[in-house]
Amino acid sequence: MTLKLPIYMDYQSTTPIDPRVIDKMIEVMKNDYGNPHSRSHSFGWKAEEIVEIARRQVAKLINADEKEIFFTSGATESNNIAIKGVAKFYENSQKNHIITLETEHKCVINSCRDLEQDGFVVSYLPVQKNGLVDLNLLEKSITPQTSIISIMSVNNEIGVIQPLEEIGKLCRQKGVFFHTDCAQAFGKIPLDVEKMNIDLMSISGHKIYGPKGIGALYIRRKPRVRIKSIFSGGGQERGIRSGTVPTQLVAGLGLASEIAFNEMSQDNIRITKLSKKFYDALTALTHVYLNGDKDHRYAGNLNFSFAGIEGESMIMAIKDLAVSSGSACTSSSLEPSYVLHALGVDDELAHTSIRFGFGRFTTEEEIDFAIDLIAKKVTKLREMSPLWDMMQEGIDLKSINWKSH
Amino acid sequence: MAYSKELLEHYENPKNVGSFDKNEKNIGTGLVGAPACGDVMKLQIKVADDGTITDAKFKTFGCGSAIASSSLATEWIKGMKIDEAQKITNHQIADELSLPPVKIHCSVLAEEAIKSAIEDYKKNKNS
Repeated sequence: MTLKLPIYMDYQSTTPIDPRVIDKMIEVMKNDYGNPHSRSHSFGWKAEEIVEIARRQVAKLINADEKEIFFTSGATESNNIAIKGVAKFYENSQKNHIITLETEHKCVINSCRDLEQDGFVVSYLPVQKNGLVDLNLLEKSITPQTSIISIMSVNNEIGVIQPLEEIGKLCRQKGVFFHTDCAQAFGKIPLDVEKMNIDLMSISGHKIYGPKGIGALYIRRKPRVRIKSIFSGGGQERGIRSGTVPTQLVAGLGLASEIAFNEMSQDNIRITKLSKKFYDALTALTHVYLNGDKDHRYAGNLNFSFAGIEGESMIMAIKDLAVSSGSACTSSSLEPSYVLHALGVDDELAHTSIRFGFGRFTTEEEIDFAIDLIAKKVTKLREMSPLWDMMQEGIDLKSINWKSH
Repeated sequence: MAYSKELLEHYENPKNVGSFDKNEKNIGTGLVGAPACGDVMKLQIKVADDGTITDAKFKTFGCGSAIASSSLATEWIKGMKIDEAQKITNHQIADELSLPPVKIHCSVLAEEAIKSAIEDYKKNKNS
């Protein structure tokens, strides 16, 4: 088989849709166009049946009850509803404090910022050097006013997995709701809302080989989590998220969840093997550093910093690989990633970071090609790097009085 | 972001990558930028007694535009008198490479690198 270029290695931004999911969605679009909320005819009943099957498929993957699953447009919306909805409902019972991490996704951080405008108090906790939450600090930060803790399961930039079971246990002990953004975790790592004491979970469709524009929010029933809806409308999804449920997208998410349930362990064995091969080859180039904990991570996300090389020129050099830079250097801000910053990564290394993503459709042939290409370009770019020369001469870059511009 | 043909050519086949011994009397070295900002340029010139730049080399840590800007700068100044090279502006470099607005600072850095190398050469010569 000849290799098709460029190779897709940006599985954290989105995933290709599984062909089985596409077939299912086409079938639904062709035949089952009814509005799932129509009660007066069979078109509606059939569509509703499809939606309810999908709800069970999503629930099964996280050991939840189907009545605890609410369809939304995606994880961003789920995170907004969960954090703002809980904060605003429990505001009346004198709870006005929210805890989250500095390394959360922008939609969590910005939902919290919005709440601060409304008078809520938010603690954005720093993380340890390996990207993981400091459980002692978390415990100390909880006050009688804390209503909700929002901590993501798998970090989108660096792939580390937070200790969900420990966080859940702590939250339950302290009587605080535990919300987790599982956009990068759902369908990729085993999740169990009972074992992990998760009260709310945000889910995305397009990160698990399903369609874009669909996601879900899990909201625990026992003990019940109440939320104030942030949407006004016809009261669909039991008032949590008004708006017509898109049957074909929901069917796609449902089937993608079912496939993940059946194939997660074999997918992970394969991805872990490819990831290890890639990790070993890249670190052998020397002065290539993995960002985030080496062991507590999802194998399909490796974020490396290449000392002496700037990230954007590296991305240009390896343009046959579709990857993304942790650094926002293509934007006008020129700020390196806030996530790497929170890990205490030096600015120059944060500027050189690149995230490589692998998934269900990544082949060993592609990994071999990527390794060869990266090795060649790292050598070439280092040969032209003044910083690399200085490092070779043993000059400490921090000892130089750089003029920032 | 779509880059111009000129920029990609300089990025993919950069001219004059390398170093001179910075301690030699006829060499001027400019080191500008900062690692924390994502760009560092080292530009060196070799100058004849009559003030002609006979050779130039660079090494750059930075994005594609920064590498292309420094490659172009070294090409241009070779054969120039130092007084002429002194007059090269970032606009000329940005125009030649059609740099997008967010990358204009790369051409500024290249201009600074030329000026800084000339200054260093003068200091070296008189020391």
